[in-house]
Amino acid sequence: MTPEIAILTAIILPLIGALVIALAGRVGPNIREAATAVTSISLIFVVWGLLPVIIDGGRPSIEVSQVMPGLSIAFTVEPLGMLFAALASGLWLINSLYSVGYMRGNKEKNQTRFFACFALALSATMGIAFAGNLFTLFLFYELLTLSTYPLVAHKGDAATVRSARVYLGVLISTSIALFLPAIIWTYSVAGTGDFTEGGILAGKLNDPEIGLLLGLFAFGIGKAAVMPMHKWLPAAMVAPTPVSALLHAVAVVKAGVFAITKIIIYVFGIEFLFEASSAQWLLYAAAFTIIAASVVALRQTNIKRLLAYSTIAQLSYVVMAAAIFKPLAELGASLHIVAHAFGKITLFFAAGAIYVASKKTEIAQLRGIGRRMPWTMAAFTIGALSMIGMPPTAGFVSKWYILAGAFEANNFVAMFTIIGSTVLNAAYFLPILYMVWFEQEKEGGKEHGEAPLLAVIALCITALLTLGFFLFNAPVIELESQIVKGFG
Amino acid sequence: MKLLELLGYFNYWVFAIILTVGLYAVISKTNLIKKLIGLSIFQSAVFLMYITMDKVEGGTAPIITAGVDDQIFSNPVPQVLILTAIVVGVSTLALGLALVVRINECYGTIEEDEILDAD
Amino acid sequence: MDLLAHLPVLQVVVPMLSAPIIVMLQPRGLAWAGATATSLVSFAIAVALTLAVLDGQAVDYAVGGWPAPFGITLMVDAFSALMLLVVTGASAAALIAAKPSIDQQIESARQPLFYSAWLLALAGLVGIVVAADAFNIFVFMEISSLASYILIAGGPDRRALPAVFKYLMMGTIGATFYLIGVGLIYMMTGTLNLADIDARIGNVSDINPLFVAAGFITVGLALKAAVFPLHVWVPNAYTHAPHMVTAFLAACATKVALYVLLRFDYMVFQGNLIEHVVQFSMFAMPLAILGILVASAVAMFEGHLKRLLASSSIAQIGYILLGASFVSVAGLSSSAMHLFNHALAKGGLFLGVACIAYHYRDLRLSQLGGASTRMPWTCAAIVVCGLSLIGVPGTAGFISKWLLINAALQSGSWGWLLVAIILASSLMAVVYIWRIIEALYFQEPIAGEAKISEAPIQLLLVTGIVAILNIYFGLFPQVPLALADSAAVLLLEGVL
Repeated sequence: MTPEIAILTAIILPLIGALVIALAGRVGPNIREAATAVTSISLIFVVWGLLPVIIDGGRPSIEVSQVMPGLSIAFTVEPLGMLFAALASGLWLINSLYSVGYMRGNKEKNQTRFFACFALALSATMGIAFAGNLFTLFLFYELLTLSTYPLVAHKGDAATVRSARVYLGVLISTSIALFLPAIIWTYSVAGTGDFTEGGILAGKLNDPEIGLLLGLFAFGIGKAAVMPMHKWLPAAMVAPTPVSALLHAVAVVKAGVFAITKIIIYVFGIEFLFEASSAQWLLYAAAFTIIAASVVALRQTNIKRLLAYSTIAQLSYVVMAAAIFKPLAELGASLHIVAHAFGKITLFFAAGAIYVASKKTEIAQLRGIGRRMPWTMAAFTIGALSMIGMPPTAGFVSKWYILAGAFEANNFVAMFTIIGSTVLNAAYFLPILYMVWFEQEKEGGKEHGEAPLLAVIALCITALLTLGFFLFNAPVIELESQIVKGFG
Repeated sequence: MKLLELLGYFNYWVFAIILTVGLYAVISKTNLIKKLIGLSIFQSAVFLMYITMDKVEGGTAPIITAGVDDQIFSNPVPQVLILTAIVVGVSTLALGLALVVRINECYGTIEEDEILDAD
Repeated sequence: MDLLAHLPVLQVVVPMLSAPIIVMLQPRGLAWAGATATSLVSFAIAVALTLAVLDGQAVDYAVGGWPAPFGITLMVDAFSALMLLVVTGASAAALIAAKPSIDQQIESARQPLFYSAWLLALAGLVGIVVAADAFNIFVFMEISSLASYILIAGGPDRRALPAVFKYLMMGTIGATFYLIGVGLIYMMTGTLNLADIDARIGNVSDINPLFVAAGFITVGLALKAAVFPLHVWVPNAYTHAPHMVTAFLAACATKVALYVLLRFDYMVFQGNLIEHVVQFSMFAMPLAILGILVASAVAMFEGHLKRLLASSSIAQIGYILLGASFVSVAGLSSSAMHLFNHALAKGGLFLGVACIAYHYRDLRLSQLGGASTRMPWTCAAIVVCGLSLIGVPGTAGFISKWLLINAALQSGSWGWLLVAIILASSLMAVVYIWRIIEALYFQEPIAGEAKISEAPIQLLLVTGIVAILNIYFGLFPQVPLALADSAAVLLLEGVL
């Protein structure tokens, strides 16, 4: 299959998959799960098949429709998008495995709707990853918000609907009120919205306008959870954990930071932004988000909410790295997209496994649970260490590159933020780890064992990936270096 | 403009006064029939304006008689327009009255405030 | 016989002559079939006319062979073609779907009269669009209005009667104001043909009556077009009318009045009355903005589904007027586009409402719980059309919003404020559409509603097709966009 066909297939395949899943759901749960598996495996083949093309330097692109003069739906694959697509598609399969274990273990209702909407969300994610211009990006960005809403509101009770309303409200408001005007402004100033190496805005905006436009983008892309547009992430924790794992550790949130990074590199151009004094505030906003979110995380008692705030902080690592506007830092940003995905999905898997096995949701209930659920908590430990950034986990690799980029740019704020947040991360994760392994369980607690097998298998795989990334990260670095090659 | 000239436009004065009277009736009366009457008055003001505008000084009815040349006619076009408009007005009035009859059947009253209270 | 040459007059004549024939079709269902067939023929004529004008040529027609300015002429250009598509399309779609809904709401003995009134309304509306002289516009306007009064009052809801009475009062005042304006113009220029007025109006001896005429015409048409603050007849009229009538009228009735307003203003007054550009902008823009903001705000708090959508319509008309008030190609293009897209979105929404109303008697939002499980396809269609109303990318509504925002940015120093207002109202639209979706999907069903199933296939199919069209024209808007651009250029020819 030619690369261009592959691009279209990657987006249409999950759509068809959603339909098949919806129909298969009427036949029987195993058929439906098989449909999901087939779809996600095929997607991996299609998407990962594009990798060799990109590594060789190819940039396949295809235009689908000219909606209006100058405005078209077009797709272009470049290293950053390739990375995101490969990550999302690969983790979808593992997440589907986990979901089956979780949903059946919890005896959840409306499973067909769940799996079908998941496929829709993946289709939108592929669209975002491969978007060739701002309009296409915006189109699939909104589709992602809409297709994940039923997943967040899955439980259907009043409290869930309220939280889902916050989720939708923040994301749609920011996208319509800030992201859309930013896009229109870009189109009217640059004449085009195509993602181009070196950016399309050079010489077209003066200094204060650059900062303003950057702000509209950074806050308009609410999925990146830069404070104060972060409220939706804790609100989304009412979703079943597979949703939190794939979407809110990988697909949705990464779509946000991916979009910001892509816009910084391909719409503004990092050299252009480095020169612009009005754009430097983004770094401080991201740094503030990192510290503030970590501090709030310290005070959380619910496992998933703790992970949510940790995610907010980790997302801003990516934003902050991108905001240093130096090639090495941009590399670090893209690496962190991967590293955090592996680590966080493991953590969420573990949290969900704990819930399925024991119905526990609060941190305080986790005393001594390491004895009952050794595999799960081992994975949890690896994930936590990755968040902190200790070797031999993935988090160490990406933090290394971000620090290197900060050092190269002599950016002390960034360096101190990274060091400070590492300390904070340790401050809230290490006590949990201690409590889990070394403390005694409370008397009179429920007897329970490990989580369902499928769930455990899934979280072991992602834990291994987290460790593996530490050792086998060269291909990813080579791929992403291509972005920065031009600016070396 | 001299006062006499101003008063010479008295057809427009009449038009304006009748227009206002009609509009006032439509807006301020609560009885539906009275509103309809006001509407008719309002419309007839317009008819007057059209017809008086087409009168040519010294002109006669615009009917060509054979053998007579050099006649001055009043403009027939507005008269035709107004015939059409009168028909429209009559239809509207008929429809309005039919509505009032139906409203009376359904609500038992044709006072606007009572109808608003009923629902 | 060259059929194409006679199309403009056939567009009016076909529905008009069919109306009395329909009255005589007493057997069950035949009246509906006749009306639907006529509507489809009208739509076909409109499509043929559109194809004829796509290359920029206008189609002129002199009735009875009498040339202008002595005779009555009809003219179809790009702007007219766009409107014709909207009107005949709305009528055809609503009629195809109408049978189950109308059978439920109107007893079969009165149906022939109802359908014939529908066809008269259609004849009147298309007549307004194709007429090229001012007085015929008045006549057709009144034909369509009188027929719509009958249509709105035809349903089982007795509250429709005072609503129609109010509409009758305001509509007649509006039409009469328009008539006064036309009379004043005739007095000064001696002609009623629009093109001829445009030619002669520059040589008029005294310009004051023309200003008065412009004022009367604008206010009169604003009454018909439901421009804020003359919109008060809309909520009640739309809410209590039979559901199919609402779908039809909400899609096109007020838009035709806006069409006449823009035509008159741009073809006749602009460029001929000094400073008219500024006056029109100063008049139209604040009213448009107020309409958008106030109506959206009201819609956010409405509790009745149809009344909410009616308030939303007033806001959308504000968008159209706002685009027109920029007096630029971009602005007029966005207006014309929104005429088309809003008809698609609102028509689809009201068709969906008709589907729901087939089973749910009480249309208050609080009573609609559980609709999504029982009527999943209907609710899906409503979601799609609702997203189009908000302006989510990928739907038709996004295209016109994008064009409008671009036009606002180009309109001068206040551009950013206007963009902020448009975006704020979009957020308000998100709120009220979301209220509908939450009511349909997440509310608890009302006890006792046992036997509710999906709407009849006839209704559902048309609703579904309209919803799909919303997405289609959101991704491939080339044809309406071409028409809208030509329309904008045509209208501004006199000014530029």
